[in-house]
Amino acid sequence: MINQQLLTSPHRHDGSSVRTKMLWVCVSLIPGIACYTWFFGPGILIQCLLAIVFALLVESVLLKIRKQKLSVFLLDGSVYVTAILFALMISPFTPWWINFIGICFGLVFAKHLYGGLGNNIFNPAATAYVFILLCFPVAMNQWPSAIDGPSQETSIKNSFKYIFLMPHDSYSENNYDSTSSATPLADMQNRLAAMEMVNEIRTSSQYGNYAGKGWEWVSIFYLLGGIGLIALGVISWHIPVAILGSVFAFSLIFNMYDTNLYPSSLFHILSGGCILAAFFVATDPVTASATPIGKLIYGTIIGGLIYAIRSWGAYPDGVAFAIIIANGLVPMIDEYTRPYIIGEN
Amino acid sequence: MSRQLYEFPGGLKFETFKEITATIPAIQHPLPNRIILPVRQHIGIPSVPTVRKGEHVLKGQPIAEADGYVSIPLHASTSGTVIDIGDYPVPHAGEHEATCIVIEPDGKDEWFDIQPTDDYLTVDPKQLQEIIRSCGITGLGGAGFPAHVKLNEGVVNIVDTLIINGVECEPFITCDDRLIQEKAHYVVSGTRMIRHAVQAKHCVIAVEDDMPKAYEALANWIDDDIELIKVPKRYPAGGEKQLIQTLTGKEVPSGGLAIHIGIVMHNVATAAAVYRAVTRGEPLISRYVTIAGEVETPRNLQVLLGTSVNDCLKACGYEHNDEHMIILGGPMMGMHIRNPDIPIIKTTNCILVKKLEPAATELPCIQCGDCYNACPIKLMPQELYRNAKTDNFAETQQYHIFDCIECGCCSYVCPSNIPLVQYFRYAKSQIAAEERRRDGADLARKRFLEHNKREQAKIEAKRPSRPVIETSSNPSMDEKRNYIEGAVSRTLKKRSKTKKILDKRNSD
Repeated sequence: MINQQLLTSPHRHDGSSVRTKMLWVCVSLIPGIACYTWFFGPGILIQCLLAIVFALLVESVLLKIRKQKLSVFLLDGSVYVTAILFALMISPFTPWWINFIGICFGLVFAKHLYGGLGNNIFNPAATAYVFILLCFPVAMNQWPSAIDGPSQETSIKNSFKYIFLMPHDSYSENNYDSTSSATPLADMQNRLAAMEMVNEIRTSSQYGNYAGKGWEWVSIFYLLGGIGLIALGVISWHIPVAILGSVFAFSLIFNMYDTNLYPSSLFHILSGGCILAAFFVATDPVTASATPIGKLIYGTIIGGLIYAIRSWGAYPDGVAFAIIIANGLVPMIDEYTRPYIIGEN
Repeated sequence: MSRQLYEFPGGLKFETFKEITATIPAIQHPLPNRIILPVRQHIGIPSVPTVRKGEHVLKGQPIAEADGYVSIPLHASTSGTVIDIGDYPVPHAGEHEATCIVIEPDGKDEWFDIQPTDDYLTVDPKQLQEIIRSCGITGLGGAGFPAHVKLNEGVVNIVDTLIINGVECEPFITCDDRLIQEKAHYVVSGTRMIRHAVQAKHCVIAVEDDMPKAYEALANWIDDDIELIKVPKRYPAGGEKQLIQTLTGKEVPSGGLAIHIGIVMHNVATAAAVYRAVTRGEPLISRYVTIAGEVETPRNLQVLLGTSVNDCLKACGYEHNDEHMIILGGPMMGMHIRNPDIPIIKTTNCILVKKLEPAATELPCIQCGDCYNACPIKLMPQELYRNAKTDNFAETQQYHIFDCIECGCCSYVCPSNIPLVQYFRYAKSQIAAEERRRDGADLARKRFLEHNKREQAKIEAKRPSRPVIETSSNPSMDEKRNYIEGAVSRTLKKRSKTKKILDKRNSD
């Protein structure tokens, strides 16, 4: 008898891996990131790189503490996805240390305290973003604008200035210059609160054809990447369709009710983090619902919350909050949407 | 003939490497030096040896008899001398040793006196079943369930459709394909015999759509009485539940059997064996086996049962070594064996030699749901895994673990390389063990109570007997009535007396 370890069937595998899945997620973000850079300067690239470096550092330390194999878990790719998604959610002008704090919080509290990859309840990137949004609201409300066309003022020099040289003690809105402003979503929310009308607001220079100038294109490129992910079979269509569909439906209803008070459906879908969340953040398999009907419910809840927070909440964009709330509901959704098996009826 | 086909959920489409062996004629494997016949080659109770060490046996002679209903006899594969009856390694996932009858062939291959059955159509179905049973025929598809049990269900219940399964969905395996191509007549005639045995209303022979030659061969022999259907190539299209769903659109009830929806399914090789058994009285002593994978000349062999795996591999130019592994069956559901000396049995359909690869690192489950999409039963493998891993067996049953057919689709697609099927087998075996333990405990408790009762009775018997008061043990109805009436009248009298006294007091 030859000395072999006894193996069990099946003795074949399709070669898929967590790493390839994660890699495809990163790859499909490239069009969106490229478009982002085109309109708003290289700040976002710096944020992505910073986030990846910080994430690798923090992840290594946490894995060491948890006595896990670095060679296995650093290469599973999940940490890159978390870092990039987090970087895409924050403003390109975010100081480096806020980026670091966000990554730390996300990985420690949302990922490793629950037992690392596969065991977390809340999406680490969304949790990290929510945390710094609550802690540093001023910094999170300073965004570049594309009023003067693609990346005119937001040069690499400016990005460096904001990210690395901002004096920490004199940190206030006054330290930002004219290149930064609120996002179109925030602007819309503020001015609607000031009793202006949607059509009036939309005539400002920071609005484009459908949503914010530049932002609408970034969203469209995210959408292309997301469709690619579905085509590759990395994610299923259920969650993106449910999120975008419900945002579209809710905004359509209210837009029809009063065009002056409620912006159009396309404005909502192409603004802020809606598409990024629908295809890349909410579809994180670990924290999303696993059943087909559950995915639709989960997506609809997120879509509804996004619309509610945007329209009547205190924050201009509620995407991260919506995802975290829905994450918390997932175990219950899964329990009640358990699919019938063959022969059960 | 056309029949509307349905789709089963999940499943996989992959390269099946069948062309290599499907086009080469099967050859008769030469008589081996030693034949090892395990007394249990089927699901059920092992048969009991009826020969003794040193006895001379003839080819086709019964050497072990059935023990109970779910059991079948065993026959000598060739003439020779019984040199041992004892424990030898057998094909079993746990690498067990089990009772085997070892025959040293005398080289004459002399037949035992076997009797054909004339004109099976006039024979009572029940008797046909008995013939099939006495020839030791099990399902040759995989599980090895005694064929007569399935046939008997057919007699007890009304069979709507008999399905003869020629869908070999596992990669590499072509033994049924070759058998049909070479012995189509056996398959079709055997099908008619099984149909008579179960009195089925409809009869279907199903093959996969990548078996054109087999389809043609069958088409030459069938008539209007049998439907010949091609089903789309997909794994596991040949699974019983999946094939029934494909052909009829019906789902086998969870925890139930095919017969509960009026369907009996047998393998094409079983049909061929039935043909031999009925027309010649020939018991099941040989079968087609595919030798595939990293061997010099992959092909199908017609092998006598009891021939060692090693003999077959040598015939195809392979010497076992460290870099390869031997799998009995296909790559999806086959069993890895480490000892190449174990015998070919009734259910061995393939010997696959594969390069040994280091096992991939198992990562945590990321709930991607690929396994759910691949599962042909629509189970949720990720939930089963989570509960099996934490020994939460009650919950695995909530998720229908016993409906898992262990096809391996989930493990095949798992990006985290989790051996899901292994976890499910573990959970199933643990649940079964727990049930046995509980049954054992119940029995022990019963015994204990009985014992206590007996002890109590002994003590009672030893006690000095008390004087027994004579009572009529069984008073008649009249006596009872008198007694009750007396009591009632006494009570009434007492009450009226009390009432009088009370009235008197009140009036005072």
